[in-house]
Amino acid sequence: MTFLVDLLAATLRNATPLVYGTVGETYAERSGVLNLGIEGTMYAGAFFGFAAAYASGSLLVGLGAALAVGLLAGALMGLLTVTLGANQHVSGIGLTIGLVGLSEFVNRLLFRGGELQRIEPFPLVEPPAFLGPLAPIFSQYALTYLAFLVLVPLAWWILRGTSFGLELRAVGENPEAADAAGISVARTRYLALMFGGALMGLGGAVFTLASLGSFTLDIIAGRGWVCIALVIFGRWRIGRGVIGALLFSAVYSLQLRLRILPGWGDVPFELLLALPYLVVILALAISGRNVAYPGAYLKPYRRT
Amino acid sequence: MPALVVIAVCLTLTLTAGPILLAGANPLDAYGEYLVVPLTSRYTFLEVLVASTPLLFTGAAVGIAFRAGYWNIGAEGQLLLGAVAAAGIGQVVGELPPLVTLPLMVAGGAVAGAGWALVPALLRVRFRIDEVVTTLLLNPVALLFVNGLLQGPWRDPVSGFPESPRIAAGAELPQLVERSRLHGGFVLAILIIVAAWYVLARTPAGLRLRAAGLSPHAARFAGIDVPRTLLRAALVSGAIAGIAGMSEVAGIQYRLTGGLSAGYGYTGIVVATLGALSMPGVMLAALFLGDLTVGASSAGRALAIPSQLGAVVQGTLLLVTIGLLAVRRNRLSRAVEPAAGEVAVAAEQVTGEELPAAATAIEEAGELEVDGWPEKDRPDPTGESGRPPAAGESNR
Amino acid sequence: MSRANPGVAGSTGRAGSTGRADIAVELQGITKRFGDLVANDHVDFDVRRGEVHALLGENGAGKTTLMRILYGLTAPDEGEIRIDGRPVTVRSPKDAIAAGIGIVTQHFSLVRPMTVAENLALGRTGGFRLDLERTRRQVAGASERFGIRVDPAAIVGELSIGEQQRVEILKALARDCRVLILDEPTAVLVPQEVEALFMTLRRLVADGLAVVFISHKLGEVRAISDRVSVLRRGAMVGTVPGSTDERELARMMVGRPTFGVARSEPTGGEAEVLLRVSGLRAAGRHGLPALHDVTFEIRRGEILGVAGVSGNGQTELVEVLSGMRHPAAGSITVDGTELAGATPTAMMAAGVGRIPEDRHASLVADLSVADNLVLERLDDFTTRTGLDERRIREHATMLIERFDIRARPEDRVTTLSGGNIQKVLLARVLSRQPKVIVVAQPTRGLDIGATEYVRGELLARRAAGAAVLLVSEDLDELLALADRLIVLYEGRIVGEIPAADADPERLGILMSGRGRAA
Repeated sequence: MTFLVDLLAATLRNATPLVYGTVGETYAERSGVLNLGIEGTMYAGAFFGFAAAYASGSLLVGLGAALAVGLLAGALMGLLTVTLGANQHVSGIGLTIGLVGLSEFVNRLLFRGGELQRIEPFPLVEPPAFLGPLAPIFSQYALTYLAFLVLVPLAWWILRGTSFGLELRAVGENPEAADAAGISVARTRYLALMFGGALMGLGGAVFTLASLGSFTLDIIAGRGWVCIALVIFGRWRIGRGVIGALLFSAVYSLQLRLRILPGWGDVPFELLLALPYLVVILALAISGRNVAYPGAYLKPYRRT
Repeated sequence: MPALVVIAVCLTLTLTAGPILLAGANPLDAYGEYLVVPLTSRYTFLEVLVASTPLLFTGAAVGIAFRAGYWNIGAEGQLLLGAVAAAGIGQVVGELPPLVTLPLMVAGGAVAGAGWALVPALLRVRFRIDEVVTTLLLNPVALLFVNGLLQGPWRDPVSGFPESPRIAAGAELPQLVERSRLHGGFVLAILIIVAAWYVLARTPAGLRLRAAGLSPHAARFAGIDVPRTLLRAALVSGAIAGIAGMSEVAGIQYRLTGGLSAGYGYTGIVVATLGALSMPGVMLAALFLGDLTVGASSAGRALAIPSQLGAVVQGTLLLVTIGLLAVRRNRLSRAVEPAAGEVAVAAEQVTGEELPAAATAIEEAGELEVDGWPEKDRPDPTGESGRPPAAGESNR
Repeated sequence: MSRANPGVAGSTGRAGSTGRADIAVELQGITKRFGDLVANDHVDFDVRRGEVHALLGENGAGKTTLMRILYGLTAPDEGEIRIDGRPVTVRSPKDAIAAGIGIVTQHFSLVRPMTVAENLALGRTGGFRLDLERTRRQVAGASERFGIRVDPAAIVGELSIGEQQRVEILKALARDCRVLILDEPTAVLVPQEVEALFMTLRRLVADGLAVVFISHKLGEVRAISDRVSVLRRGAMVGTVPGSTDERELARMMVGRPTFGVARSEPTGGEAEVLLRVSGLRAAGRHGLPALHDVTFEIRRGEILGVAGVSGNGQTELVEVLSGMRHPAAGSITVDGTELAGATPTAMMAAGVGRIPEDRHASLVADLSVADNLVLERLDDFTTRTGLDERRIREHATMLIERFDIRARPEDRVTTLSGGNIQKVLLARVLSRQPKVIVVAQPTRGLDIGATEYVRGELLARRAAGAAVLLVSEDLDELLALADRLIVLYEGRIVGEIPAADADPERLGILMSGRGRAA
């Protein structure tokens, strides 16, 4: 029982950065831009969020920095893929290489590679006592509560229930139609990329400002790519993407726990962690050409 | 193209002046340290060649695939699989002579890399599933596979580190120059680049591949089997990336390690793009980036600029290059304004110049199983062909 | 949708009251050039409230360009647009929508995975919150008011083409459009849907809407229009009443420029049959049937012309004969070899030379002229060590000389003019001495010199004994070159006439789907 409660709590905790990233990437892709810069954006969010918090002594300033870095990264992606119409995937890879490099560069500059610098991270929210043995499940970071209780419903509602969301989806499905309806394709895509980028930045900051309280190299370790997989796994739906994030996180948290048990040390849990990627590829293979990619996926738009 | 690369390099250096100043160094000194200093001593010059070796492989791998209009983002994973195969073979060959062992390892690396590239390639040509995402997602899978091996069955029993046992002595690539790390992999890389150049430029297969990448429709019209061409390009690309992994294992590490690849597969994209997807270009770009890598660490020592600036330069260089390519293409397509009613495709084809238009290629490949489009497909020709609507009358 | 359609309120009755006050939109002196090509040459056009004004013309005559200019999708080089008598600048569709102009093109501007209501809500300023319930009620109301039935909750992608078109019209009307442009609206419809569309239009026009009806189908234009304006090669030929007879409309549309090249006397009717096509069926775009039981044969030394308004199966016929589209049924034999469903390579090997209408997409624009000239037959230019560069170059030099191509072997095709690109294609095909030549729109967009050259080459192949299938929308070209003509209408052969008995009027009537030839 304790094990299960513990696992559930860890699942929610570990899913948090993935939720931010997946929602952010969903926005980008629904507007018609595959943002492979996510890995680098999360990395930069993690580092600059930490650096700002360290320098200012305020976690909120750190969050603001992560958000701003993500916003800028999204805008840069927009400049390349929307304004210039450059290749989306090459742009994204370039963005990731550049942002990871920049983060590590500034990290060296600021901290000289000396001993690990730490900050006091966000505390866990104390659940009320009446929850009894279930209390640990609700002992989470504020960022986790923010993700599940505010961000997910809000992001879902914006996409479904607002004019902006409708325009965003239209721009991603049929930019010609959106343009003909008087919607600015470029503006909408920029907004989607910047909003998405800001979320990716926040997702990265969850590691440094909440989970760890420090920045280490390779801190994102491919979580951005996990989000890319989750977006497709969720068929570009926010809700299904979040469910995917929870599933991935459950498996991840489980193997972390099993690994330290006696006798389990030699089990190759890495193969388990590879599952989400393989599941996505398998799903793509099975549903074949029926996969409902956003109509304008990977296509720059230019009025003739 | 060369002019564009020069502009890209200059622009990148200008953009990176900011971080250099931030590090408290003079940008001009830093440029010297980055670009010139590595070439001035014997040891650092040889280190440039060592650093460029994996990039020569991955740049060629990515370049060939992109040339065919196949967006292989998975060179990183293919490299790792090649490394696993080479390390595996290297551990079991025992006392066999190098003349047997090394070709075996090269072949093993190539097969493993091609094998890792096979599934996305088949999904692309059979089901039109975008290879960008599938090749990309297999990269972390490959890394997890490597880590799984190193944590489990291959963990070094002597040291207990997550590294494989050392490969047999006969499985090591020979050292090329005394007192240096330069190994046979460099020669192999140059040979592969030359061979790839020859095939692309001078053989029917190469011409077919280029035609398929530039205009899948016209290629198919001329009787070229475009899906097969794509599949072959993808497999060759994977094989070359796999050999890159073999070269790192047998030439540098002598074992499989988790940190075997410093993102060489991704850097291959930088190399290929900067080299305009041509093999001589790839060679120069790989040497240039090798120079930068060595320069980055020497600048770290001499000017206290963190060597991580090398990655910043790489990323910036890639973004600036594709940005400039896009700018030039936009300018060209404006200059060659399609004549109404006649040239709906002209603008589109200009885009094919250096980087084949991925979306188009996918759409066209789908056209291969014609038999009419299923009814649920999009009704508007703009969506169907991926082309911009004609400026004038529709031809249909 | 919140307001009533002002067109309804402003209506002063049917066409007939011809005062200037009735003019809803007026275009004056519109000129648009694309490079050397003049798409619109000082065109004047107007449409009045309560009328359908047809804009008639062949493909490439400049109809769509004119309407794109009116809708803000293309900027004119010269000219003025007046709406309700006031000069306006239409820089984007947004301006056009605000000015009360709506457009429905063949390529619907609909987002397929969304519902009808969502599509109608798109781009309409209504605050941040999206009130789909209200939109749904408005769709239902508008459906009722305009008599256009659609389910607001239906997913657009699941509707039939005709229903999607109704959504498009409803979308325009819901935006208070007073001038509705319909660009080739019937091209995608089956006959029953066309009838339904016309009924809708008549009702809307009676309510005071101004409709621009773009078409090249004579029968439909006569059936729906109050006035007809004809564009030819970018220039306005004239405006006539909708009751003008089809012969006259056809003459205005086609014109009669003369070219020096024409076929000589028939080369004997009893030569052997080289191409035999029978019972050919094929699907076109959207998977809808495009060819029904097409059967014909072409003899040695004969040019068979295929006439027809575009979109009646010609493209599919050429694609099938080029090996680019699988037929659903039927047989194609060349000199006795069965070729139905064969690959492009097999077609070429059997002696079929293919010159398709989209010449730019049939050459690799970024490869050199020399490479393009050998791309179909690389094996013939390969030595043991690879491509035989020297022979490829010699081959190119020879063909450049022989076909008078203004280019060097190493020039990339994309740098060539249209006429020279066509010559490259012609050289690639004809240098292989094909027994059968399938050629579509061989002179579209070419200047007179290049046109005469291309026609001369085709006639030379005829004289040398090739069987030629010539698909063209240029009636003069067909009349000048073909020995025999077949007319395609809705994927069927509706007539076959010896060229000697053919004239544009008779062809025009067959092409419009009226009457069968003897």
